[in-house]
Amino acid sequence: MRFLALSGLALLAACATKPPPKSAGGKAGDIVSIPSDPYPSTYRAFPGVTTIIRNAVVYDGTGRKFAPGAVRIENGLIAEIGSEVAIPAGATVIDAAGKFVTPGVIDIHSHLGVYPSPGVDALSDGNEATSPARPEVWAEHSVWPQDPGFSRALAGGVTTLHILPGSANLFGGRGTTLKNVYGRSVQDMKFPGAPYSLKMACGENPKRVYGARNQLPSTRMGNIAYGRQAWSDASTYRRKWEDYTRRAKAGTAKPSDAPRREIANDTLVGVLNGEILIQNHCYRADEMTNMIGMAHEFGYKITAFHHAVESYKVADLLAKEGICSAMWADWYGFKMESYDGIRENIALVDKAGACAIVHSDDANGIQRLNQEAAKAMAAGNRMGMGITPERAWTWLSLNPAKGLGIAARTGSLEAGKMGDVVLWNADPFSVYARPEKVWIDGAVIYDWADRSRRPVADFELGQPGRGDPK
Amino acid sequence: MKRFGLILALLLASPATAATIAITGGTVLTAVGETSIANGTVIVRDGRIAAVGQGLVIPAGATVIDATGKFVTPGLIAGMSNLGINEVDAVPQTNDARARTSPFSAAIDIAPAINALSTPIAINRVGGVTRAVVGPEMAGEIFAGQGAIISLAATGDILLRPRAFQLIEMGEDGARIAGGSRPAAWLNLRNGFAEAQRFARNPAAFESGLERGSLIKRIDASALVPVVEGRIPAVIHAERASDLTAVLGLLREFPKLRIILIGAREGWLVADKIAAARVPVITLPLFDLPDSFETLASTRSNVGRLVAAGVDVGFGIFGGDSGTQARNLPYQAGNAVAQAAVPGGAGLTRGQALAAITRVPAQIFGLADLGTLEAGKRGDVVVWDGDPLELASAPVAVFIDGIAQPMTSRQTELRDRYRDLAPGALPFQYRQ
Repeated sequence: MRFLALSGLALLAACATKPPPKSAGGKAGDIVSIPSDPYPSTYRAFPGVTTIIRNAVVYDGTGRKFAPGAVRIENGLIAEIGSEVAIPAGATVIDAAGKFVTPGVIDIHSHLGVYPSPGVDALSDGNEATSPARPEVWAEHSVWPQDPGFSRALAGGVTTLHILPGSANLFGGRGTTLKNVYGRSVQDMKFPGAPYSLKMACGENPKRVYGARNQLPSTRMGNIAYGRQAWSDASTYRRKWEDYTRRAKAGTAKPSDAPRREIANDTLVGVLNGEILIQNHCYRADEMTNMIGMAHEFGYKITAFHHAVESYKVADLLAKEGICSAMWADWYGFKMESYDGIRENIALVDKAGACAIVHSDDANGIQRLNQEAAKAMAAGNRMGMGITPERAWTWLSLNPAKGLGIAARTGSLEAGKMGDVVLWNADPFSVYARPEKVWIDGAVIYDWADRSRRPVADFELGQPGRGDPK
Repeated sequence: MKRFGLILALLLASPATAATIAITGGTVLTAVGETSIANGTVIVRDGRIAAVGQGLVIPAGATVIDATGKFVTPGLIAGMSNLGINEVDAVPQTNDARARTSPFSAAIDIAPAINALSTPIAINRVGGVTRAVVGPEMAGEIFAGQGAIISLAATGDILLRPRAFQLIEMGEDGARIAGGSRPAAWLNLRNGFAEAQRFARNPAAFESGLERGSLIKRIDASALVPVVEGRIPAVIHAERASDLTAVLGLLREFPKLRIILIGAREGWLVADKIAAARVPVITLPLFDLPDSFETLASTRSNVGRLVAAGVDVGFGIFGGDSGTQARNLPYQAGNAVAQAAVPGGAGLTRGQALAAITRVPAQIFGLADLGTLEAGKRGDVVVWDGDPLELASAPVAVFIDGIAQPMTSRQTELRDRYRDLAPGALPFQYRQ
């Protein structure tokens, strides 16, 4: 379990060790601790059959290509990949001549469920824009599992997606990682064991939203000042708990001596302890360096800058710091901080040795992340970079998996990883390609030719066009 | 080698004079039907296409562009955009597409606001877009104002046709603007048209017949006269099937109206009615979310089904930041082709898809000498390094009225400044 492995500092993450967690306010004699996973995943993989896809061109997600290539999916996992794979008796064999196989696409930046379709005010739940710091809110508690957008993303080959709060706040709240399999609750969709993230934001949005209310922050310097105070307060909170835990273990503190829980600071302390990953909305290069400075000052790590339209200006620094950039292929000019967007951004970040990710931030764009990667690859190649498709595919699955702390479990077609696979009717870097089938944990969750394998959200029942292949 | 040859030839073809040009050896997609001429030649003389075909005699003195292994198409035409009136969408000082608190409506004319030097013009020109329909967005009234047709040329006057159409918001947006309901929007619309007719009958008597507190001003009524008289089209935004049907019904009341529907995401539900009314549609093929209650039936098959029913569909990008991304028209067109492969889906042929970003928008807006590679048309030609609808392809040469266009933009300059991050003798700001 990746999450448990990440919880190196078990101090506040009681579930990292056996016996099972004691929640705050446990019985006398116990050591009170902060539960790390109070809303656990109830996701269960759906049944699949042993399946071999052969004769395909396979991009494995790690940067390798097999042509011809074959993949065996067994017991919900990738069992084998190669030019040929063993075919057990009774297995389903798909001859995929002329077709392509890839790992499922992973979108590290989605607002499906929190800004669902239809986009009416009553369903708009992505920004708790009532204070610049709202690390206490969790996107999963806004996710509407009936968002029709999940089905559209699935038809685009998306098997895992990270749902983030919006960027009105400096601290937007926790993001959550979902398998793209519909459920009755968000917990039914949660990627088991995936770490949480904390959404942070630089720049125009927080200063505009709060500046308009004549309160801090109304400037970029205000953004940083507010953030520093929040991290300082979180450090104080952490020391209180460390102190209490030390005393409780020594038998000198009662459960009632435990500090008062501050739900907001629980999240910030999770970041300081390395258990919660920072996903940082940030467009401009100079602001990225400010955010890196703040991370150094308070001792946390930024996992990824999102939108990151100016990463190409500081790609060397991002490589050195080990920070991913989650980017669009060609968005520019829709706001001042996106004015310097260029089509070569993703390729230049990759070339500098930094982690490049293609993201959507958009219910329509998420359906064609492969095409965004194709545009970015082409732009890089026009500069003479010689980027191969198998290399570009790392931007779509393995790198976002790294950015979400789930790379040991999905993101590439390697034996033992989750059976998250897409079969394309043509090269997915071609505009003419579409997913034919999508497997998630070894189950066929989408089939373009089988209506019984195409989900329809509750909202769409009884509506015009329902059941259309869309 | 070939690329060097091409660039050299282009340098010779510059600067901005319309020399005689022969583009040879490429696959020529004329945007007429499915025509694809292998090893074709396009000759452009005096800014116009002189001839297109195989084995043409190259005129003496012509600049020859070797397009072997490349594709040649007409310049792309954005069926709707914000090009020239929107620099940074969220910076209001640079965005002339919206006038939400203006006391005027139909009379708003975007033509004087068009800025040939706004950076999205060059950014999209490099992407092969040579002409664009430019529309206002919302005004304080359902009549958003008069749009224009522009050229994306780097030199000369880019305003091709001012006051080319009136943009009208109906559906949910129109309802909101009009005070909160569709019936209120319809009342505004009918009132505007009726007042325009009254103005046309007797301009001098207009004020005396105007009710006190009337919603329509003299200048706005006057601007609606050519709309009700059918001299300029009414581009009407509506999405829901019932709204589209209601808009078509206007033709009974105002028979001279020339309606162009924009949006029409549920158009496929009433495709036969739209076709029977001979009303064309400007939309995009990638809408498939029920992201409002007026777009519940959205599907990427909408365009394919409309075209199959006989509706002329051109692609245009409108609204917000996407209004400056006309360079993605080929991506839209390519995806419309892909939709044809989906079981149960409806898409376009490659010829239809190319036409949707060239010939059809030209036809819809009455640009008779644009949109195809045919003798006599304006010399808007793009040479691509691959299948023009493919994601990996890009223009290597763009001609507008026979003039070779610069292939640089603010974005290529940013790219070149930061392509090498190794420290230099001076800061990056000195690299230019």
